[in-house]
Formats: sequence, structure tokens, C-alpha cells
Amino acid sequence: MKKCYIHSAVSISAQHSFESSGFELHSISGKKVEAIHPNYKEFISPIALRRMATGVKMGVAAATKALQIANLEQPDAILTGTGMGCIEDTEKFLNAIIANEEEFLTPTAFIQSTHNTVGAQIALSLKCKTYNNTYVHGALSFESALMDAQLMLQQNEATNILVGGVDELGAEIIDAVRLMEDKTSDGINLPFGEGASFFVLSSEMKNEGIELIDVQSFSAISTETIHEKIQEFLNLNELSFLDIDGLVLGNNGDAFDTYYDNLIAHFPETIPNICYKQWSGEFYTASAFGLFVASEIFRKNEIPQNWFKNKPSKSEMKTLLLYNQFKGRDHSFILLRRC
Amino acid sequence: MTHTGRNKIQNKGVAITGMGIISAIGNNLDENRISLLSSTSGIGDLKHIHSKQASQIKVGEIDFTNEQLIEILELPKENNFTRTALLGLIAAKEAVANANLTIDKSIRTGFISATSVGGMDMTERHFKEFQTTSETQKYIASHHLGDGTQKIADELGITDFVTTISTACSSAANAIMLGARLIKSGKLDRVIVGGTDSLSKFTINGFKTLMILSDEACTPFDANRKGLNLGEAAAYLVLESDEFVEKHDKKVLARLSGYGNANDAFHQTASSETGEGAFLAMQKALEVANLSASQIDYINAHGTATPNNDLSESVAIQRIFYNSIPDFSSTKAFTGHTLAAAGAIEAVFSVLAIQEQSIFPNLNFKTKIPETGLIPTTVLKHKHIEHVLSNSFGFGGNCSTLIFSKA
Repeated sequence: MKKCYIHSAVSISAQHSFESSGFELHSISGKKVEAIHPNYKEFISPIALRRMATGVKMGVAAATKALQIANLEQPDAILTGTGMGCIEDTEKFLNAIIANEEEFLTPTAFIQSTHNTVGAQIALSLKCKTYNNTYVHGALSFESALMDAQLMLQQNEATNILVGGVDELGAEIIDAVRLMEDKTSDGINLPFGEGASFFVLSSEMKNEGIELIDVQSFSAISTETIHEKIQEFLNLNELSFLDIDGLVLGNNGDAFDTYYDNLIAHFPETIPNICYKQWSGEFYTASAFGLFVASEIFRKNEIPQNWFKNKPSKSEMKTLLLYNQFKGRDHSFILLRRC
Repeated sequence: MTHTGRNKIQNKGVAITGMGIISAIGNNLDENRISLLSSTSGIGDLKHIHSKQASQIKVGEIDFTNEQLIEILELPKENNFTRTALLGLIAAKEAVANANLTIDKSIRTGFISATSVGGMDMTERHFKEFQTTSETQKYIASHHLGDGTQKIADELGITDFVTTISTACSSAANAIMLGARLIKSGKLDRVIVGGTDSLSKFTINGFKTLMILSDEACTPFDANRKGLNLGEAAAYLVLESDEFVEKHDKKVLARLSGYGNANDAFHQTASSETGEGAFLAMQKALEVANLSASQIDYINAHGTATPNNDLSESVAIQRIFYNSIPDFSSTKAFTGHTLAAAGAIEAVFSVLAIQEQSIFPNLNFKTKIPETGLIPTTVLKHKHIEHVLSNSFGFGGNCSTLIFSKA
């Protein structure tokens, strides 16, 4: 079975993460936080740009840069995860139906509202005719794409794969979700965010690269058994709790953060805990930003102290475990190793 | 080359051990089978959705109301199932029963569902009330596409690998393909795969703006075709590993022997003149199945009856099969185009074609398309069927092909 390596990692997020020269993290606040947008004209033609919604722009730009860094012209597959899909164009078309009572409608917003628009626009811009798929399962949208990528590389169905996660904020449906969160006292305690993170995965090893050892997801796990599931996952990869040098976690401040607390308790206190959603905001594919952060940890020689939630004594990180869940459902584990 | 006449030794493929379906031509597998064998179409007038377009379209609608579906499923009255989830649960439950499955945590069981509409049927009713009307707010959480999948998985008791795929009208074919690859790689012992989509004002008006909806029953592959009829449906198949099938002495209905996914990379909604994406998907599926084109006995075509699709697909079929085109038909004139569910509906029909050793007719065909001259099978035809090729193509250039083989 072939191995799986990360050749590039690119992210557009609420941080200045798209800058190639590295970035300083800043705190975010409010109910919703938009992404910091790069100059899209460097990546997309002005004519195409005019029609594109935020998610499509972010996706195409992040994908293009991920391919450039990996020095790859044509991937063998394009795999996209998106939780809410093209919510801007969905809302636009829905509002037009309501406002005009099903009359005088134009097709553009409808055409661009389908969940596979980002994957399709990337394929179209590259004239790439290979395997193309879009995964839309809430907080497992990106992980499903990642899992399929690993499966393809392991089974030798592909050598280089473009894989990413993208979500945009829109103006109404996510505001309604926010409203519901704010009604409860222990709801999500971070801004809702948006972004696009794309990666080139390859079965070919590069010097000083990152290996994606494994990725696994579960629809449901109880708080009491989370550590058992993690243990099974680590054992499957011939590792134990003691082999993990850092945890990258999807805490969002709601009542379900107990999952992370229960998990952390099983790892040595000396290892760093990094909670990335305080920088990206919460959205279904925020975990793709989490993978980007993990790649940055490997890329940087020294990690600023403000990246850590705890005060770790261990600083060298060779093997990282990423864990995310949403409302106690859609659990995902990702294992990375510096090679 | 795919057009060689020499027979190859087929790959064994993945075992299909159960199926379930609800569509405009029947509320279960048997009703669908009977309708197909008796050439009974489910296309008619729109009843459940109040739309201004109602008088100008024909649809493949399921008779049950949401309330009736909730009653059949014995769900609590206070729930936030959308129609997409309700239809999906009906078909998924039948598939599980048909395969005689007991969901048991010791067996790695997955669920992969496809949808394009998701919770839109409820969102479009309550969109402007979400902020203000508390009774409607339960449908905020059911808007996203994964919600229905999760609800169905929960009802079936599946907690392991669960995901949702959405590549427009090829979605379910990709869900089936991913399931097969997970079984082949040994990551899962068994997986329930398919798709569900309900009719909605959103899609009716969307396709209306593209001017590809017919005001009459659709006529796939006919020179004078006026466009498609939208439909709603759900269907699922149970795939199991050979190890599991042997150990439990399970009955295999048919095998999924080939699959291919390619992108047309031509236009967001239109298919290329050469049918490149469709050609590549069929070519890949034949490669995976290790079959030559001449071994295909029946093509269940995508055949939506839009001017663009049927011509493009015909050209692609000619590029694969040259002058020896196998019997082919589109079953869209029975069910309507059921969007993300179509690949699963037609997967079930492909297996039924193998079981019945019959080709289901392409209804409403009169005149061949002048550019290609292809004539589909228009009456029920009994013949020896070993391999069936099924096409599903969608917006965004997403093209997928599945090949089903006799067990």
C-alpha cells in the first residue's frame, strides 16, 4: 500500500494565511468574520471573476496556488469538501423566486448554486478531465475528501491529488444558524467564519515533507468512549498516546468541548495543545484550516507561544494528532508525521 | 482501445446484496419492477408543490404527502425531517430489509448518500420566517445536505463511516463508486449507498430558467425532444465484501464490476459536442471492469431528453461502441429526472434488468436524432443480459458510469 504525503498547503481564512512569507496570528471577534481576501486577479481572469461568488473565488485561488507550490500542472483528481455549499448564490436565487413570485428569473445564480461549483470551476480553469468529486457532509465534508484522496493514493488510482475544503458565509441562512446558537447559553462561543484551504497530496515522498499517516471519521461517538476510539485509531497505525507530540483541536467554546477535554486527559500534559478555530472562526470546513495550521507547525522552526492553549514543556513536534467534532457528532481523526 | 471485439475476463467486482427504492413508478422494489415491465410511466401533473410553473411542466412525483411518509415511518409527529430525508429513509430501510442486514457495531458498516436538494424543500417554505417564527426554526438545522444523511444513518443505527456526496445529477453514481472502492480496499465490510432528492420550487424554477423543462411527457433520444421532466425519488443498494458474503452465505443479486468518473471540463451546465466527459467515464468503467465494449448487453442511458444531453451522450456512445451499439434506453420517461438520486434509481433498474433478463423500454420515442441516427429500444425486450452500463452526468461537467454484471 502506497503512502500519502502533503506537498503543499494553502489557506484563505480570517488570518493573513494566504501570504507566502508567513503570517502573524491575530484574534477575531463578533458574530461573523469574513475571510481576508487576496488579490484574486492574480489567479482568475476578470471576466470569470465577475460572476464568481466568494466561495468559488476563494476555492479557485487557493487551489491554483496549492498547485503552483507543488509544481503540479494537472492533478489526477480534484476532491472538494463543502458543508453549506454555494450559499450566496443559493440565497440569491431563493430571494429572486420569493420576491418575483417565480417570474422573471435568470439562470446564473441557480447554475452557480450547486454544491459542486467550486470543484467544477477548478476543473474548468485547468481543463482537467480526471476524477472529480464533492463531499457535503457537514463537519466531515473536508475529511471525506481527504479520506478519498488517501484511498486513491494507497490503491494506486492516482499519484497527485488536489484536495480542499471551502465554505462561504452568505447573508441569511448562516445568520439564522447563528441566531439559534445565541439562543442557548452554551452554544458556539466563536464567530462564524469562512475560508478555503487546499492541499496537494501525493504518493511521492519529498525531502522534509509531511506524511498523512491516516484519517478516519465516525458519525457518532459518546464522550465516554472517545479516548477508546482514538486508542483504536492510534493502535491501527502502530502508535500509542505517548507517541503523539502535539494535539490540534477543533474547540469552539460550546458544551461539546468536553470531548476535547476528555481526550486531552489521556495525553501527557507536556505536549502542546493547539485550538485553531479561535483564529478561523467556526464553519463546516474549518478543519481544513486546522490541517493548514498543522502543516505550518511542521514548516516553522519555532512556534510562537500564542499558538498554544496550554504551557507545554515539549517543543519538538514530529507526530501530530488532529481531532475535530461538531455538536458531539461527525468526529474526525487525522495523523500527521514530519518525514 | 475499448472497441475490440475480443472478450475479456471480467473483474469480479463488488457484491450487491440488497436494494430499496421509492419513485414515481412505485413505493417499493416490486412496484417499480411491475411498472417497468408493464411500461407504466409515473409522469403527471405537479400536486404537492404550489408553483406558478405547475401548468407548464410535467413531473415524476411520489403520491405520498410528507404526513403520510411520517406515518409510514412511524416517526414522532414533532420532527424536522425534510422530504428528501423521508424519501431516503423509506428506500434505505427497504434496502436493509432486502439484504437481510442486522446493523451490528462489530461489523464495519458505512452509509453514503447523495443529494442535491437536501433540506431545500423546507428552507424555501420558511426562508423568510427563520429569524422570526419559532415553529419554523427547527428547519434551519435541516437545510444542509448532510443532515438528511445523518438522520437516515441514525434511524438505521449506523455510527461508523457516514458521508454525503453532491455532484449534481451524477451524485448517486459517485456515492455508489466510493462505496465500492471502500469495500475493495477493505476499509468497510459493508456499505449502504445511493441517493435521495425531493422536488422543490428551487429546482423547478432553476431548470425553468435554463429552458430545459418540457410541458409534455419527456421523449428521450427523440429528434423533437423538448426537454426534461423533473422527478423525485430515493434508492439505495447494499454492497458487501466477498469475505462477508461467503461467511454468511448471502445471496448476491448482481455485482458492481466497473465504475468511472471524469470531468467534461467544458462548461458549467452544458455538455461538450464530443461528449468527452461521458466518453472518458464509460472508457474508465470498462477498464475497471476489464470488459470490452462488445460485452455490454444494455446501456441504461442518462437520456434526460434535453437537446444538449441526448446528442452529446449519443456521440459519446458512438465513440465507445462504433457501429455495434448495444440495446439502450433511458428510463427517465418513467420516473422523470430525479437529479442526485438518478444514479441510484438507475442502478436499481440495471440490476432489475439483469434479474428480469429484460431491457426496459425508452418510452415516447418516435424519430431518431438526425446527427447520430441512434434508435433506442422502445418496447420491453427479453434477451440474455450479462453486463449493463449505466450513465449519469451532471452540471459542472461531472460524468460517471457504472457497470453491473450478472452474479
